[in-house]
Amino acid sequence: MNLDERFRERELCTPLLEKIHRISRLNTRPMRIMEVCGTHTVSIFRHGIRTLLPKEITLLSGPGCPVCVTPAGHIDLCLQAARHPEVVLATFGDLMRVPGSHGSLADARARGEARAEVVYSPMDALAMARQNASVQVVFPAIGFETTAPTIAATVLAAHQQKIGNFSIIPLAKTMPGALLQLLSDDELELSGLLCPGHVSAIIGAKVYQPLVDHFGLGCAVAGFEPADILAGLLALLQQQVHGKARVDNCYPRAVTDQGNIRAQNLLAQVFAPVESEWRGLGSIAASGLALRSEYQQFDAVKRLQLSASQVPDPPACRCGSVLKGLLQPPQCPLYGRSCTPLSPIGPCMVSTEGTCAAYYRYGDDTAANFTTIGNHYSKNSC
Amino acid sequence: MCLAVPMQVVALRCEDDGPEPQVAVVESAGIRKEIRLEMVDRIPELGEYVIIHAGFAIRTLAVEEAEQNLALMRQMAEMLEQEGRLPGAMEE
Ligand code: SF4
Repeated sequence: MNLDERFRERELCTPLLEKIHRISRLNTRPMRIMEVCGTHTVSIFRHGIRTLLPKEITLLSGPGCPVCVTPAGHIDLCLQAARHPEVVLATFGDLMRVPGSHGSLADARARGEARAEVVYSPMDALAMARQNASVQVVFPAIGFETTAPTIAATVLAAHQQKIGNFSIIPLAKTMPGALLQLLSDDELELSGLLCPGHVSAIIGAKVYQPLVDHFGLGCAVAGFEPADILAGLLALLQQQVHGKARVDNCYPRAVTDQGNIRAQNLLAQVFAPVESEWRGLGSIAASGLALRSEYQQFDAVKRLQLSASQVPDPPACRCGSVLKGLLQPPQCPLYGRSCTPLSPIGPCMVSTEGTCAAYYRYGDDTAANFTTIGNHYSKNSC
Repeated sequence: MCLAVPMQVVALRCEDDGPEPQVAVVESAGIRKEIRLEMVDRIPELGEYVIIHAGFAIRTLAVEEAEQNLALMRQMAEMLEQEGRLPGAMEE
């Protein structure tokens, strides 16, 4: 049995769920919990967790999908690179169909105007460069703290192996500053934050303490299996009932207080913090990662003289509000009408981790499409 | 982009003469693949599990750690608020 299957078992999930229902009866205030990780969003839908929770608990999705928080101007930058006659853009698959101001990478490729290939790892992009000396391989470095060290390691390998035809578009982002900015928005009334499992494995659980100190917001770090998510929600509910916010680590098998020091060192060796533009949230100080001066030769923006421009997000697309948890996807006038996974208008409908795509694929809260827990658990039993 | 399922390490490989392996061969449900070890918190031993992201191991998981995590959740589901150190429990 795989190690994580144990965290899907009914014997573990049912008692956690029952406890959530029991504690929820003691709770007098509405409970609005944001999950800030696209993988959580998808897992919550896939396992039907929304349908199993007491109705007083509302789950909101936050800015946790790295492709979705990348503004249209930065998507355009990737398109510009892909159109360059010497370039093959090697990218994670999610980026291919995200619309820029003039269509997506997939559109441009279909018209023969751009070269772009999907890779699974930045190291695959480096291998592609090694094997094709006649082209420039460009990797769009889109991702959070979990992805950024993989890109740092790849840049270091390119440096060591003196590979001259590999570069990155440095667009990676870091989470803590964005969360502070998000929570300063008074419109967003949150009672708890389900903190991302694998970003936290890198940055450590202690990073969330300022959210507790500044905003009195309860935080729980959780993994991605059903029991992980239920334990995280239970911890947040307990905090609310006891009236005391803190950081609870419900994913200790992967997350420590300090995080992954080797990965942090790798990141700091290659990247330096820089101001960064987020879709929906605007510009946030020190929330982006630029290449340090020793590694400037791997910056595709400089090498190919790409120029970023401020372009407006698609009119009527409400991705910005969806990413801030202010709007649920079905409240967007385009949702399911002109915007579907087959013809997406905003990134949230494209990415596998996008909130709109998750809603579309798994249905809204009323759909009883739960799988793992639902097979074993009847809502009437508690 | 996250592959949440941990995979078991079945082989380790060094690419240089150094003491530390840079590559692990991992397996889950009959699928084998090679992953990089540059950013993992601790180099895994054969038989241990790793959490993988974008072709890199990001965390080595000892089986006992998973067991402890399971035990923690079982305790949470019971009435053990007085424990104090449990997630969701209060110190008082
Ligand atoms: S449904 Fe489409 S247009 Fe509306 S917010 Fe989501 S991605 Fe944007």
